[in-house]
Amino acid sequence: MADTPKPDELAKIDHIPPLLKGWMDTPAEIKPGIYCYGSKPKDLNYVDMPNPRDWSPMDDDWKLPEDWEGIIHEGFKDRRDKFRTLKLFMDICVRCGACADKCHFFIGSGDPKNMPVLRAELIRSVYRKKFTTGGKLLGRLAGARELDEDVLKEWWYYLYQCTECRRCSLFCPYGIDTAEITIMGRELINLLGLNIDWIAAPVANCYRTGNHLGIQPHAYRDMIDFFVDEIEDVTGVRMEPSLNRKGAEILFITPSGDVFADPGTFTAMGYIMLFHYLESMGLDITWSTYASEGGNFGYFTSHEMAKRLNAKMYAEAERLGVKWILGGECGHMWRVLNQYMDTFNGPADFLEEPVSPITGTKFENAKTTKMTHIIEFTADLIRHNKLKLDPSRNDNLKVTYHDSCNPARGMGLLEEPRYVIKNVCNNFYEMPPSTIREQTFCCGSGAGLNAGENMELRMRGGFPRANAVEYVHKKYGVNMLSCICAIDRAVFPNLMEYWVPEVDVTGIHEMVANALVLEGEKERTTNLRGEPLPGMEDEEDV
Amino acid sequence: MYDGGKIITGLIIGIGLLMAPFFYNAGKAAKAPEPELTAKAKEAKQCVMEKAYMTSSHFSLLDDWRNTVVRDGERYYTAKSGKVFYKSLQMTCLDCHSNKSKFCDQCHDYVGVDPYCWDCHIEPKEKK
Amino acid sequence: MNFIVSILFSGFAVVLIVLIPWVGVWAADLRFLFGIIIPYAAMAIFFTGIIVRVIDWARSPVPFRIPTTAGQQWSFPWIKSNPVDNPKGWGGAVVRMLFEVLLFRSLFRNTRLEYRTTDGGPKIDYEWEKWLWLAALAFHWAFLVIFLRHFRFFVQSVPSFVTILESLDGFLQMGVLPLTGWGLPGVYITDLLLLAAVTYLFLRRIYISQIRYISLPADYFPLFLILALGLTGVLMRYFIRVDITAVKELAVGLFKLSPVVPEGIGVIFFIHLFIFSVLIAYFPFSKLMHFAGVFLSPTRNLSNNNRFVRHVNPWNYPVATHTYEEYEDEFREHMIEVGLPVEKGIEPKGAEAEASEEAQKE
Repeated sequence: MADTPKPDELAKIDHIPPLLKGWMDTPAEIKPGIYCYGSKPKDLNYVDMPNPRDWSPMDDDWKLPEDWEGIIHEGFKDRRDKFRTLKLFMDICVRCGACADKCHFFIGSGDPKNMPVLRAELIRSVYRKKFTTGGKLLGRLAGARELDEDVLKEWWYYLYQCTECRRCSLFCPYGIDTAEITIMGRELINLLGLNIDWIAAPVANCYRTGNHLGIQPHAYRDMIDFFVDEIEDVTGVRMEPSLNRKGAEILFITPSGDVFADPGTFTAMGYIMLFHYLESMGLDITWSTYASEGGNFGYFTSHEMAKRLNAKMYAEAERLGVKWILGGECGHMWRVLNQYMDTFNGPADFLEEPVSPITGTKFENAKTTKMTHIIEFTADLIRHNKLKLDPSRNDNLKVTYHDSCNPARGMGLLEEPRYVIKNVCNNFYEMPPSTIREQTFCCGSGAGLNAGENMELRMRGGFPRANAVEYVHKKYGVNMLSCICAIDRAVFPNLMEYWVPEVDVTGIHEMVANALVLEGEKERTTNLRGEPLPGMEDEEDV
Repeated sequence: MYDGGKIITGLIIGIGLLMAPFFYNAGKAAKAPEPELTAKAKEAKQCVMEKAYMTSSHFSLLDDWRNTVVRDGERYYTAKSGKVFYKSLQMTCLDCHSNKSKFCDQCHDYVGVDPYCWDCHIEPKEKK
Repeated sequence: MNFIVSILFSGFAVVLIVLIPWVGVWAADLRFLFGIIIPYAAMAIFFTGIIVRVIDWARSPVPFRIPTTAGQQWSFPWIKSNPVDNPKGWGGAVVRMLFEVLLFRSLFRNTRLEYRTTDGGPKIDYEWEKWLWLAALAFHWAFLVIFLRHFRFFVQSVPSFVTILESLDGFLQMGVLPLTGWGLPGVYITDLLLLAAVTYLFLRRIYISQIRYISLPADYFPLFLILALGLTGVLMRYFIRVDITAVKELAVGLFKLSPVVPEGIGVIFFIHLFIFSVLIAYFPFSKLMHFAGVFLSPTRNLSNNNRFVRHVNPWNYPVATHTYEEYEDEFREHMIEVGLPVEKGIEPKGAEAEASEEAQKE
């Protein structure tokens, strides 16, 4: 693993591309710290992905299948027939450059091929050569080039430097969406077995065990039990979350990352506490070990793989006989749920239109997917005064909120999380407008790039977000970055430690749970993290 | 989904708008109008300048006349032919071309030009 | 290939496009070719090209509903949603598209990255940057107005909207300037706007380093072509006059499908016409198709209603999944051990085998 440069080293970024040497004449140089390890054959085999083999991006020989050019050509043609977006986005870009300086990877790295327009041109140039008259006749003068091994390697390198966050698509006058182009590009190179380890392994895990981390059902149970013990320590209340329970009214699905690693675990505890609190009011909810993953790394592989992994949600809901599904805090999970799920695996006729059993609110915006976001669910509870909250318990926090890319630009979940935050804590500060809501910056590690070996890339990609956090940290003393995405919670601690070490990371439901006044709870002296609550700093010693 | 109907409708509307000049012009062909010369104009044979210049750029000459007369008080213009003209729209130009509707308006109407001569000058009364 | 080669290549191509009709009409007197055949051919390519391209796009489906949401979703009555930037239905999407097509809504969001390292560490700023939006808007609207103004040459009896447009566009009378003869007849604002905007759009491709890096000959070429088109038009109107009644006779003849080439039209007109012919013939094969493409963009023209209105993927096909049965079969013992409910108990056969195993051990 490459050493990550120090922040002041890394912050020396030159955004000016070379003057005279064109990008087509500059082959990609695959750098340690930026690239991710290649996929392993066992993972591809497990899900029947083509061309599994041992290979390394740093080798000259990628052991491509013999007819790799033909495979790409056919794959391209096939996708052109299936996706209008591919044709359109290949054809209509005018290279106005509005997207160029909008990408967090370009801002953080200065690598011109990280400008969304150029990332797309890497593929467009080959498309022109293959499918347009001008490209065939004029070649480079028409911006066309042959697909050779160097170009393929360049594709691979830069397709795994895009987090599909869609910030560029917001600024594009034609709505050209680099996420869509990256998805297509990744589908194509996956035909050659060129995935990255950090995507292929979670996909195989998820397929087998129901979640990316490969947590088997009994271990999942253990973890939930561990949370129950922790919660009892803090609150004095013993809870009994149910797993795989048939006949429950609601199935709860959240990313497995929150069950596995801090600080996501505190959010998972938050869910357990909220559900327990609502139990006496009529909530009948179960978790599942089979559908124990909200996220979908298949989506970072291909549409087909996304569908295959997503299928478990409805399948499990049907098996358990629930009425509707509640989804936890997660980013790309919600892009898939909001924009793909019903199309992939619907219609879910065996489910009912979601209705909050506590407030009676019909979630009309989830009428066909039958899946509601827990932030919507909680916001509705708070609106109806169903939760007894003591926001002062979060008074030690000065909170800012990071809009995760996918719920922001693939859904529009902007106000609900803010509403919840403002009700559970007293100190909330917004980051600058160009870095939040629909213009939010990616964490820099989404779309399967949250590996360890590409830490430099992640620190670069997360730099715009971190810089905005630093701004509110200096201005208002913000010390807590809240978010509604499990990848955020997994990667922000590293990012903050690197750029703004004084700021910690939390999910919203952790703050909800800390503020939530449970019936029969003992006097709480610490929050879920075991840190003393404001005003209780001395209690610990007593 | 395809939304084929919407796309075809949009395409027809779009192409239709772009082809508007064809539809606007449906009907028989018409030649460009010929401005009619009065007997007096015919007799003079040569205008202030040659015909091609007068056709395309008479307003430049008129503008020059207006400026020099109004600003500098220069009342006379010596043409290339050596002939001297009194710089006046009404007394010189309209003296020959007294048939505004058959002469001026022919081309002006044809190409949709609305000269501002008559903002100040009194429109000539034509003899019927 | 770098920007110099790109500019030279595109520039050379446009010079050639200017020279061809110049030589063709002035030296070879090919008026029929340049006045009738080429314009007709260009129009044929333009219209069929657009239709073929759009139909080709339309033949690929939009399998997923993937609007880029740029505002608050519709969720609860007590949360104000943004019906335009995040439409929940047809009406909102139409308004969003109108904003996009008529006012370049997305481009209006543009900002400029300002990166600097200060004493307090690196600082990323997003500065005001509306020039691209402004120039693009000026360029497109000016082009449209100029095209519509040209209807006075295209249509036998001039429609009233043209006269109105002309008087609005031409309210500046530059003839009153002391420069005698300059700016006559009345100067059109759109002429100046178009030239200024195209020049800006060209210059920014050179002086903004990132745009310079991504620009292709296919970006410079249409700019130069349109600049040449505008310049010849301006030259013809203000400096090198031609007999416009004759020009109109030619134009109307083309549109009435009874083409004639009247005598006495200056060469500059044929250059202007040839540039335009090349522009529209090039149109369907180029990025200029964004004109039609913007209407079809699925990230803009769809509603964000996938959770409550079903979207069907026409090529949806069944996929292999890892079923619950397979899952339970693999983990059943462990599940029973920790008290997770299972569909099937441990099969007796399995139990027997286990028993015999244990017996063997003993």
